[in-house]
Amino acid sequence: MPRLLALILTSLFFALPARASDMVTTYTLDNGMEVVVIEDHRAPVVVHMVWYRAGAADEPQGSSGVAHFLEHLLFKGTEKMEPGELSRVVAENGGSDNAFTSNDYTGYFQRVAADRLELMMEMEADRMVNLQLGEEEIETERNVIIEERNQRTENNPSALFGEQRDAALYLHHPYGTPVIGWRHEMETLGLDDALAFYKQYYAPNNAILVVAGDVAPEDVLALAEKHYGPLPPNPDLKPRERVKEPTHLAARRMVFSDVRVAQPYVTRTYLAPERDPGAQERAAALTLLADLLGGDGTTSHLARKLQFEQQIAVYTGAGYRATSLDDTSFSLIVVPAEGVTLEEAEAALDDAMESFLEEGVDSAALDRLKMQIRASTVYERDDVAALARRYGSALTSGLTVEDVQEWPAILEAVTEDDILAAARDLWRPASSVTGYLVSGSPTEEAIQ
Amino acid sequence: MIRFALTLLAFAAALPARAEVNIQEVTSPGGITAWLVEEPSIPFLSLEIRFSGGSSLDAEGKRGATNLMTALLEEGAGELDARAFSETRDGLAASFGFSAYDDALSVSARMLTENRPEAIALLETALTEPRFDGDAIERVRAQVLSNIRSSEKDPDDIAGKTFDRLAFGDHPYGSDRSGTVESVSALTRDDLLAAKHRVMARDRIYVAAVGDITAEELGPLLDDLLGGLPETGAPMPDHVDVALTGGTTVVDFPTPQSVALFGHLGMKRDDPDFFAAYIVNTILGGSNFESRLMTEVRENRGLTYGIYSYLVPKDYAELVMGSVSSANDRIAEAVEVTRQVWADMAENGVTAEELAAAKTYLTGAYPLRFDGNGPIADILVGMQMQNLPIDYAATRNDKVNAVTLEEANRVASELLRPESLHFVVVGQPEGAI
Repeated sequence: MPRLLALILTSLFFALPARASDMVTTYTLDNGMEVVVIEDHRAPVVVHMVWYRAGAADEPQGSSGVAHFLEHLLFKGTEKMEPGELSRVVAENGGSDNAFTSNDYTGYFQRVAADRLELMMEMEADRMVNLQLGEEEIETERNVIIEERNQRTENNPSALFGEQRDAALYLHHPYGTPVIGWRHEMETLGLDDALAFYKQYYAPNNAILVVAGDVAPEDVLALAEKHYGPLPPNPDLKPRERVKEPTHLAARRMVFSDVRVAQPYVTRTYLAPERDPGAQERAAALTLLADLLGGDGTTSHLARKLQFEQQIAVYTGAGYRATSLDDTSFSLIVVPAEGVTLEEAEAALDDAMESFLEEGVDSAALDRLKMQIRASTVYERDDVAALARRYGSALTSGLTVEDVQEWPAILEAVTEDDILAAARDLWRPASSVTGYLVSGSPTEEAIQ
Repeated sequence: MIRFALTLLAFAAALPARAEVNIQEVTSPGGITAWLVEEPSIPFLSLEIRFSGGSSLDAEGKRGATNLMTALLEEGAGELDARAFSETRDGLAASFGFSAYDDALSVSARMLTENRPEAIALLETALTEPRFDGDAIERVRAQVLSNIRSSEKDPDDIAGKTFDRLAFGDHPYGSDRSGTVESVSALTRDDLLAAKHRVMARDRIYVAAVGDITAEELGPLLDDLLGGLPETGAPMPDHVDVALTGGTTVVDFPTPQSVALFGHLGMKRDDPDFFAAYIVNTILGGSNFESRLMTEVRENRGLTYGIYSYLVPKDYAELVMGSVSSANDRIAEAVEVTRQVWADMAENGVTAEELAAAKTYLTGAYPLRFDGNGPIADILVGMQMQNLPIDYAATRNDKVNAVTLEEANRVASELLRPESLHFVVVGQPEGAI
């Protein structure tokens, strides 16, 4: 009962649309479904997306891959639609459709002429609650996802290496499990696993509608109320609280050998904080740290130290995934030049990180990055589909519309000291994984 | 219901092509032509430049020269070394992309209105005065060599290279445009300068501009940017006959999923039957979930994550091709089903319903491609390279709709040759394949 009361209050509070910027308008439907509308009237095209706050990290133990498996099964029909009918109707209307699954979200989208928006909503609302599955579809589609795993992961030693690296980084949290699933568990996924996940997470109060393109916000709201509004919320939806990582006490090292590796490399990954609602400053500093260290192949700190001043590496890079519900990762990579060992490459990486802290931030480099951040607010208006993805991924990762809109200003406010403090805080050996990808047969390596 | 949808779509499809995307031809005082769409609502410009010929103009024995040269264009130019060039570009928040393909060298640039003169001046130095400094050559050469070595152990790349060699032999299309470890190791600075002169000349240039610029502003900009390039380059390569015969080539490679590429002779882009072929291919293995290959190989049998076919009308050869990947113990069945689907369509053609559905899909999807300054510039430069008229975007859907069932089925029987279909399979396939 208290939950119901809260819902009613929320709906009263948000009944008036909030126009957050010149392009973006947001609402919340009475059943808890959030709506984000991004306007771009240059072409009569629309992107219609529904994002669920449910991803691989929300799966029950033992059925890894079920979030992604369900994503595939959502194309298999409802009481009203035959298997494959949704995609067929989208194609018949000149559109394209697809879906995606990550650790924190699952999303479905169609790109179509703007006057087809209502048809998309009708079908998407239908499969949010009326999915119908039979055993025959389960078996065939399970083979498809296993071939997808073959294609993305088993055939690619770098992908296998990355999977092992994530598993080593997270001692306890489900981010250590691959989104596509461990193969032995994928092989056992069944109808019950898929339906249990569906019933738990596919509901309007766990979904976000993002519509971007040649639309008027009030029209989108009216259509959303008509098609998504009547869907019942799931009263049993629980807050997303996953297990937390224990304190990391031991630096981890791993060697992954595969005969298919032609170019060895070394990576270093640290457990890192993510963007949190109302507190994005540290993530902003880490974003700029990654750019300064390894963003540009010519001007970044790692490129300068390892590729220009010495010829240690043919490639260096740094990456940080700021948008994530729980603790994320910050990674560095060095691909050694010919004749340089991985040990030498790792030592050079350590030296370069140390010299970054000693030399401090190059203020001219920071100014250039901030110029690019300002420019991105111009360039991004040309690609509303990318903007739509940004809102969808942020809102399913615990952030709010305000957080998304404040992000560029928060990035711009980051100081040199913020970046150095964030780097010092991050680079604790005990929370790191150092990985070597080498060429060789796995058995030889196991003997070593 | 479908008829109703069709009527609405014709209107929607016409909008971007006719009303919103207004393409002008601009000729500079110096005689350089570009296609322009003025889009002043966002203060930046997208520029696409193509030099036809691309890496197929590598001189004899210098395979990989165009590729390496292209990668070095932004590694120092004029007064600026590699780092200074990058710093200047980033300080302007401009982005430049340089890529070498079989039939073109492409330059993609994006710049803000507020500093466009500076960005154009910087890009001009990269196009006309790249430094090719010794240290930059060695640094980028090492990257290219690393990529070549990785590609030698990548099943997709092995399949592509094997297929190209079988199809095109000694023609440039028959070998990897990156070159080999040996050929790239031997390239000198003079080879790179020679490659630049062979490819980057005004007699083979195509330009499209989309964004916050007027025709009056674009004309002089073209001369500033491109006027300093040499007038002529190397002669274009010869046409090559596709040498494939039916059968299967297996390349043993220790990986759990076999990768298959397949194909045979295709159709020229300017063939009067091209639209019919395009529709036939959409039904056979086009990019949506509705194709026959996707239905039979993935949806009905779960043999793969994805299977596609595509027309490949290159400038000097034409193929129809496809790709599929399946576990080593299932690839033989995937290949078998693919052959059956191919043969069935050649023999029995497509149905009226399939033709109608493909037309609705293709005509509806076309305007959706025009969804940003960069993508529009890309389409416009492609239209010029294919010798299409400037009003093509407005007439293209009519050409799709004009294809009859008889034409589609005649073209299906002429285009698809199951007896000539050659499969390259990389992996360790089990059973007869």
